Amino acid sequence: MSRRPYRSRKNRRLALVIGGLAFLGIAVALVLTAFQDSVVFFFSPTDLAAKEIGPDRRVRVGGLVEEGSVTRGPGDGEIRFLVTDGNTTLPIRYVGVLPDLFREGQGVVAQGRLAGGTFEADEVLAKHDENYMPPEVADALKKQGHWEPGKPMPGSGS
Amino acid sequence: MIAELGHVALTVALMVALLQATVPLWGAARGDTGLTGFARPAALVQFGAVAIAFGALTHAYLVSDFSLVNVASNSHSAKPLIYKLSGVWGNHEGSMLLWVLILALFGAAVAAFGGNLPDGLRARTLAVQAMIGVGFLAFILFTSNPFERLSPAPIDGNGLNPLLQDIGLALHPPMLYLGYVGFSTTFSFAVAALLEGRVDPAWARWVRPWALAAWTMLTAGIALGSGWAYYELGWGGWWFWDPVENASFMPWLAGTALLHSAIVVEKRGALKSWTVLLALVAFSFSLLGTFLVRSGVLTSVHAFAVDPERGMFILGLLAVAIGASFILYAWRAPSMEGGGMFRPISREGGLVLNNLLMSTAAATVLIGTLYPLALETVTGEKVSVGAPYFEATFVPIMVPMILALGVGPLLAWKRGDLAGALGRLWVAALAAVGIGLSVLYLRGAPVGAAIGFGLAVWLAVSVITEWAERVRLFRIPLGQSVARALGLPRSAYGMSLAHLGVAVFIMGAVGETFFSSEVVRFAGPGDRIEIADRTLTFEGVINRNGPNYEAEVGVFVLPSGDRLESERRFYPVEGQRTTEAAIRSRPDADVYAVLGEPAGDGRWTVRIYVKSLVMWLWGGCGLMVLGGLVSLADRRLRVGAPGPRRASWRPAHAGVGDAD
Repeated sequence: MSRRPYRSRKNRRLALVIGGLAFLGIAVALVLTAFQDSVVFFFSPTDLAAKEIGPDRRVRVGGLVEEGSVTRGPGDGEIRFLVTDGNTTLPIRYVGVLPDLFREGQGVVAQGRLAGGTFEADEVLAKHDENYMPPEVADALKKQGHWEPGKPMPGSGS
Repeated sequence: MIAELGHVALTVALMVALLQATVPLWGAARGDTGLTGFARPAALVQFGAVAIAFGALTHAYLVSDFSLVNVASNSHSAKPLIYKLSGVWGNHEGSMLLWVLILALFGAAVAAFGGNLPDGLRARTLAVQAMIGVGFLAFILFTSNPFERLSPAPIDGNGLNPLLQDIGLALHPPMLYLGYVGFSTTFSFAVAALLEGRVDPAWARWVRPWALAAWTMLTAGIALGSGWAYYELGWGGWWFWDPVENASFMPWLAGTALLHSAIVVEKRGALKSWTVLLALVAFSFSLLGTFLVRSGVLTSVHAFAVDPERGMFILGLLAVAIGASFILYAWRAPSMEGGGMFRPISREGGLVLNNLLMSTAAATVLIGTLYPLALETVTGEKVSVGAPYFEATFVPIMVPMILALGVGPLLAWKRGDLAGALGRLWVAALAAVGIGLSVLYLRGAPVGAAIGFGLAVWLAVSVITEWAERVRLFRIPLGQSVARALGLPRSAYGMSLAHLGVAVFIMGAVGETFFSSEVVRFAGPGDRIEIADRTLTFEGVINRNGPNYEAEVGVFVLPSGDRLESERRFYPVEGQRTTEAAIRSRPDADVYAVLGEPAGDGRWTVRIYVKSLVMWLWGGCGLMVLGGLVSLADRRLRVGAPGPRRASWRPAHAGVGDAD
């Protein structure tokens, strides 16, 4: 650290700018490394089947919970269900308590990893509100031609 | 009738705000005290009009006037009174009305307590405050009218989202808004200073208490929201790095930086233009947060309705407010004269370091929050940026922050002695290393936990050391030390309490992160659940009905005999289910039980957490808020403190928290 007193305002300002830039550099480095392994992509079951996604990558997948597909067990606290976008169906396994608005026939988003054809979810998100469809799910359904804007969303209940 | 009165009052408020935004500016430019004098009564009338409108909407909720669209879609006659009241802001229109009410309240407060402000500065500040008011009043009147009628009126309403039927709704939004919108005052002061082209001593003296008040309430508001999420959502977490949480956290980070740089302006007259910039940034973050939360671009419990028109309107307001203020800054700030000199190693230097780290942290949070929106707009790809990103960026920035936080208050103004300060902190260093190593080797904890606890202890002991140094504990007779302790300004205690709060908070955050356990399983009546050296007995599920819901209650019993009752509620009006976690809080850990769905064979899915040191999290937030309040109560800082202080005001010494 310099012992020279900062005599002029210009010098002090320069020191501030350099200090600021140094922090900015550190921040950019942190942000870039963090982005590399923590950004989670969203896929529909069809996209997921088409892409080669290794078990080491965390992804989100969304669609409708297939009617009658929710089963419990055999493992303790284990829940299995199918999520579909109309074309492709993906089995999901989850250990935990499902969100309150999780329903068969309704939209859901699961986050986790794909392992041997089954999606191992560590988080299951449903809607916060009865009339609300996660936009990712709505788009995924739209893309598969199962929902058109202007028509009621499947399972929206209204 | 009353609803129409509310609508008229809102229109009147808009008219008054339009005049308040223009006439005083004109007067200040011409030096006409008759015209600048218009600002104060206008601010009070504007607040009165908005208060009448808010009262009218509240009345409609209390009497369940379902001829209003807003009441019909968000309330129900069977709802308990407290939720009828808090339901006023449990929807888009009402929450915006609350926003504007608080904005007008701060304007009225500046008018009421601003007796000793220079005439021109006060007039300009109130004019800028009114400009924000014009934008948001127009937003309400043109896109989000809470007084819209519905014909024919339905027999009953649709009810309120059951997640919001909680005492948290009564506390969290008003407190959060007081903080969020509180930064409008410092923003208005900053723009007024830019319009005047100078930062005078009165400006510096005023900005700090207002920033402190807003910061204190924002801290409380965020903590209340966090606590609400912790017990209401049943996920056992207290902070999810959800975009909506980040939206409130960014103004907090900028506000914390502002609070500290304002000290330098007040004491030393330095960093003026930087402080003005931070004041602009803090409120810009508040506006950005309002946009993110209210426009529906984010999906969360806070986004009540997705309406592109509203989103565009707020985006427009955002662009005008931020754009205009930053252009003004670029134009006027270079002409502001600098203030006192200081070396890098000094109290000022420490506060600058705080500012740099806080701003960097805010920037990384901003990038993580906006990246998914930007990426989707540009490429159409959908991503989410979750906790791992924020933990990987935010935590490393906080490590040097906490290290420096221990040292900073021990440095003298202008020219500090780093070696001397570190020499006085040997106890803190020893304690920190001791705790870190013992956690690492005795508990076999991960390195992160050891570093976290070490930092918390370092900070806590540093804060105590700094206090002991001030009262010269054990160096002079105890009686004299006590006299010194009693004589310390309240703001010194405020600082110590708030910094101690940070240490306690870190203890809680680290404990919760590294020493919590979780069990998910199917359980039938009589089953014993083992978790973290505790055994819970699941007694089974009973039925119990509330005022407007039916509940299945899962009963868990601890060996101490404590009963935990987690509910699965069904609200027939709304047709929704909610889960109420059962929590038993103790200083060492919370036991947190959630009753899930039936498994179909007479058993139930249950989820039990043992969450370490969660009470410390809330305690730490409480200490920060207490620190803010104690500091605000300081005589020398009191908002609108009587005039004589002005005569004796000297930048280098009038201050509070001055070491000796």
